[in-house]
Amino acid sequence: MSAAETSGKIEYSDSVNRNALIAVKAHLIAGLLVFLLMMLGGLTMRAAQGTWLEIGADLFYQIMTVHGVGVVGAAVIASTGVQWYFLRQYVRLSNGIFWTNFIIFLTGVVMILGSIFVGKYGGAWTFLYPLPAISMGAWSNGAAALFQLGVLIIGVGLLILYLDFGRAILARYGSLARALGLTQLFGKEPVDYKHPAAVVASTMVLIVNFLGIAAGAVVLVMGLINLYYPEFKPDALLMKNLIYFFGHVIINATIYASVIAVYELLPRFTGRPWKTNKPFYAAWFAIVFMVMGVYPHHLMMDFPMPSWALIAAQILSFGSGIPVMVVTGYGALMIVYRSGIKWSTTAKLLVLSMFGWGAGVVPAILDAMITVNRTFHNTLWVPGHFHFYLLIGLLPMIIGFTYYLTGEGDSKEETKTVDNLGFYAYLIGAFMTSMVFLASGANSIPRRWAAHLPEWVGYAQVGTVAASLVVIGMLFFIVRALVSLPGASNPR
Amino acid sequence: MVSTVYAITLTCIGLIIAVFYFVIVNSKEAEADYQSVTKKWYGFRSKWFLFLITLGITITFLSLNPFPLPDQKKEYSSSEYQVVTVDGHQWYWNIAPVTIKAGQPVEFQVSAADVNHGFGIYDENLKLVAQTQAMPGYTNKLIHTFDKPGKFKILCLEYCGLAHHAMISELTVE
Repeated sequence: MSAAETSGKIEYSDSVNRNALIAVKAHLIAGLLVFLLMMLGGLTMRAAQGTWLEIGADLFYQIMTVHGVGVVGAAVIASTGVQWYFLRQYVRLSNGIFWTNFIIFLTGVVMILGSIFVGKYGGAWTFLYPLPAISMGAWSNGAAALFQLGVLIIGVGLLILYLDFGRAILARYGSLARALGLTQLFGKEPVDYKHPAAVVASTMVLIVNFLGIAAGAVVLVMGLINLYYPEFKPDALLMKNLIYFFGHVIINATIYASVIAVYELLPRFTGRPWKTNKPFYAAWFAIVFMVMGVYPHHLMMDFPMPSWALIAAQILSFGSGIPVMVVTGYGALMIVYRSGIKWSTTAKLLVLSMFGWGAGVVPAILDAMITVNRTFHNTLWVPGHFHFYLLIGLLPMIIGFTYYLTGEGDSKEETKTVDNLGFYAYLIGAFMTSMVFLASGANSIPRRWAAHLPEWVGYAQVGTVAASLVVIGMLFFIVRALVSLPGASNPR
Repeated sequence: MVSTVYAITLTCIGLIIAVFYFVIVNSKEAEADYQSVTKKWYGFRSKWFLFLITLGITITFLSLNPFPLPDQKKEYSSSEYQVVTVDGHQWYWNIAPVTIKAGQPVEFQVSAADVNHGFGIYDENLKLVAQTQAMPGYTNKLIHTFDKPGKFKILCLEYCGLAHHAMISELTVE
């Protein structure tokens, strides 16, 4: 097969393309709206911890539950939109299946919202066994079951979509190994610098998410059985392993799906190609294993875990920072350096995402060291590192892509004041939010506490101000997306 | 330890900000020949990669020797270790005894009666000094030596339901 055959673009009819663009916009708008609501939830929780708002512990933990599951859901649905938009250019994907997943997702969202705000389920998004079944009367088994069924059904929708990804990738490339670039990496085929990064990244996401969601389905079903047959008592540590494998993989994969936007778009703004090459393939091949192998770093304070698993998790966690530090983040900086780039809001957001991802690696890999984890685990250090990844890494990729779809990136006009306002409010707010969490973690403040001790209230108050800025910035982005996105034609 | 980790984090984030700043201020003037940019910086990348690998191996070796968690299979002798049993319940701790001596290592035998809890020991300045998970069906052995007498707080570090944040108890070290 020639290089053109592996990297050439797929042709669709105009009507299919129009429908596909509507579907992608629907994913982005749904994702961004959910993100905004979850940010309001986050702001509410910080204000309550800062004693500026009085809410009951039951409502706090319901908000905490919806915040966790909502952010993961929004990240998944929006990043899927980004990924699908680019992947379909290289392999023939079905609009019908993409929409099917979207509808299933919305159904799951309704079930989850019902379980939390009608059924009062407040067992956290991690549904850590056996908490869903033992709430001391705070919620019913029915509410816990509805929550877990909602998550399960969303997983089923995603599996259907990934089957389509797998079918289409295999139809074009013959094997997942070839799509990942392994035949080039190991010298069986000459290196094709135009082999699409979107295909490599999507194949990685497909593999890890398929396994992650399968593990999630197993643990959800076991949890559901336990709800109605309490004599069925699975091992608590096994359940933890399955839950964290699922949870870690699915949220981590969103950033690997969304980074496709950076690979595809930065070259357009800089006029420089992002060539795939052997280090690129090697990095993505390693990521497949690292994303799945690092999850025991959530279980370092579970002392009965085999020590080899914790040691492997520590080493792999350090290793998983290397691809972004050496390949993706580094490559982005090289492309931008002396490129003459026009700093549209789209470009700013994409470069910001590289910063957020790269800088977020630091607190993450430190906390994934067993010796550090002993005094950082389950403190606010943990939300500190993942808010870095999500607010400053993932979301700027998604919002940057949304801006690109509105045509902002290619516009000859100067950046609008509203976009600048939104960008800087968001940037300062997101950075502050993450840094306040890290400072709180360094001061041993526990995570997931509805009411903070008086010594900790000051941190929560600064965090509240920071979260308000994030919400303001996000409001600008959302208004821009709602006004400009629906009518925008596909950028060329 | 905590302040070192925090300082390393702030320094590294600061350095990453500096690198991004350098690239951004040097982004407007275009250098037509991208190949010369890639040649120079691909060369540096190999060194950067080797540096990170060397750093990783060194940190791994130093931080895992000795292995930082207590041996769970070992029987800790009662003559050498003070034994404290800990049971997490929704939403209180059963701890016995609640008074221990400074200077002699303590073996905390930590379990949970209902759901997962997190056994976190906080000193008088509200700094976390040691922790382990409290899990139904398991007994985790946490070994800690208190250097000085004082009143320590026990806080729950794993979300366990609506009064999770109220699961506070006290431990006296004499």
